[in-house]
Amino acid sequence: MAGHSNWPEWIYVAIVIALMTWVGAEAWEAERLIEHVPEDAEVIKVIGQQWFWSFEHEDGTREIGELHVEAGKAYKFEITATDVIHSFNIHDYVVLLDAVPGRVNTVWFAPDKAGVHDIQCREYCGLIHYNMRGTLYVEEPST
Amino acid sequence: MTMLELQKPRPIWQIMFSTHHTDVGLLYLITSLAFLFLGGTLALAIRAELFLPGSQIIADSMTFNRMFTVHGTTLIFLFIIPFASAVGNYFVPIMIRYKDMAYPKLNAIAFWMIPPAGALIWLGFADFTWYATPPYSIISAPGPAADMWIFGLKILGISSVLGAINFVVTILKCKHPDMSIGQVPLLAWSFLSSSLIILVAIPTFAAALLMLLTDRLGVSGFFNPALGGDPIAYAHLFWFTFHPEVYVLVIPAIGMMYEIIPRFSRKPIYSYNSGVFAFVLLSIVGFSSWAHHMYATGMSFTEKTVFMVGTLAAVPASAMHVFNFIATMWNGRIRFSTPMMWAVGGIALFFSAGAGGVVNSAMPLDFSTHDTYWVVGHFHLFVMGTIAFGSIGFLYYMFPYVTGRMYNETMGKIHFIMSFVGTVMVFFTQHVLGLYGMPRRVFDYPPIPEWITMNQIASVGAMIIGVSMVIFLANMIHSSGKGRPANTEDPFGLGGKYYYPFEARNPHH
Ligand code: HEM
Ligand SMILES: [Cu+2]
Ligand SMILES: [Cu+2]
Repeated sequence: MAGHSNWPEWIYVAIVIALMTWVGAEAWEAERLIEHVPEDAEVIKVIGQQWFWSFEHEDGTREIGELHVEAGKAYKFEITATDVIHSFNIHDYVVLLDAVPGRVNTVWFAPDKAGVHDIQCREYCGLIHYNMRGTLYVEEPST
Repeated sequence: MTMLELQKPRPIWQIMFSTHHTDVGLLYLITSLAFLFLGGTLALAIRAELFLPGSQIIADSMTFNRMFTVHGTTLIFLFIIPFASAVGNYFVPIMIRYKDMAYPKLNAIAFWMIPPAGALIWLGFADFTWYATPPYSIISAPGPAADMWIFGLKILGISSVLGAINFVVTILKCKHPDMSIGQVPLLAWSFLSSSLIILVAIPTFAAALLMLLTDRLGVSGFFNPALGGDPIAYAHLFWFTFHPEVYVLVIPAIGMMYEIIPRFSRKPIYSYNSGVFAFVLLSIVGFSSWAHHMYATGMSFTEKTVFMVGTLAAVPASAMHVFNFIATMWNGRIRFSTPMMWAVGGIALFFSAGAGGVVNSAMPLDFSTHDTYWVVGHFHLFVMGTIAFGSIGFLYYMFPYVTGRMYNETMGKIHFIMSFVGTVMVFFTQHVLGLYGMPRRVFDYPPIPEWITMNQIASVGAMIIGVSMVIFLANMIHSSGKGRPANTEDPFGLGGKYYYPFEARNPHH
């Protein structure tokens, strides 16, 4: 359009770019901190298969469908799958990572207080995907 | 007058065997609307099933899984894309002042690939979701449904590429010699941009589909870990095509809004250049963000950062369109006829959808939202709230052009209001439901009180949309035969010219 200046749009675009830069920077910083696994984290092996979760602790104890951990400790999940892709999820602790056959993915968490939480599968994996659920029991430290 | 498609009845086979752009456009239009209603029916069944925990109306989870797979596949590939092709066929040649598409026969062939592809998808009724993720799709998904789906998508991909070549050549080579590229209307620009994206994006998925097929046949193991393959490679190939493809879906709908908003605001577009720039920018930057769908696959911190930055970089381009629309309406003498209501509603939902998209892109937040109902809410605000709204608005807008008659304005407005309320009820609620942790693609869910309430709100919203669509169908069918004859010079009484450029009309050859 002849003769009309476009400065409002430039200001608007500048604001959008500034906002996105801010979101990106905050996200980058948060993710960087989150991904730093504590040295003393105990390893729990997580295996997804159609249609249940199984767990193996460092001391060799195995559990199926249930996972028992202690409050105040850090845990590192080493997640894989035997058949198709699943996604290991403890929503209350924002733990989410795909269980991919042929790969081991790691994520950590540190439950702060005793309680019971849902474990579920968040990647479509077939017939019983909707019920590929489990339970996390966070118990008082045994000391 | 030849532009009035339905006013002068012709035998159906004359339209079916025609290669004239408005006839092919009409075929695209009717096909896409048929699939809108078919796919929509599946959505209503899904929402009815989720109204309460436990099995409601669908017998088992296999049927449910097949239904949401075919629902998504249908509405993306058999409604949104063919609908855009319908609009492009009607208006691109007229807007660039040429007698037809550049390759009329190719145009008809591209259309006629769609019905067999649709038949393969519907008769097979596969269950492996719209992205057919291996190894599930290789070792677990039942055939022949899965194989029929693969062939169906193969055919649709070829059809898209043929259509895209046609639009690019038509716009660049056939535009009137007096018309510079800087005078091509924004709707035609939207087809140029989306067609170029198709040409770059589709071949990757075309290759992945073949690899999936040979993997299923057991002669290769590209994506099968048991044979040394990598399923994550498929995810990259898939999203390299389909993140850009979401812009293929949305850009023509934005183009349609660029046609509606200035006309009903009775003002020229605020900035033509900004519209063109945003289209072109989006088609380029859109290729830098595909792996934002894969944050949870176990990518490194660096990879995630790269794709987050690539995603956020595309936001200003989308935001420019919103600004352009609002600035165009500003101080305009707006007439809220049905098409304008749909366009304005669509822009509002486009904005909210984009805001939600930014949340998905920020990597730590995506671990709360990924593969929950949040994502279902997010992309439906685009595919339903923005793209279907823009498309339906445009359908009302082109109705007098296609039929020579007017639709019923009151019914059109009721359709809009109900659909808008329904859309907000379904998809805003689903965002919250996702934050409460409900995974997507589930046939059943535990009886958590918040989950039940939110599912019920969403299901009621879906039924409201369903009823509004029946009103829509009745309006379209009744008005195309018995509606009052339209004033084809100025059907909406806006006191200006109707189509751009008004003088050009293409006789059948
Ligand atoms: C322009 C129109 C858009 C459309 C049609 C669209 C469509 C989609 C679709 C279909 C999905 C889900 C795919 C699936 O998992 O089945 C999705 C996810 C996603 N979208 Fe969009 N989107 C659009 C815009 C945006 C924008 C502007 C952003 C960011 C600012 C964005 C960010 C994302 C992210 C990060 C995901 C992944 C979410 C996840 O799976 O966790 N989208 N989008
Ligand atoms: Cu699953
Ligand atoms: Cu994307």
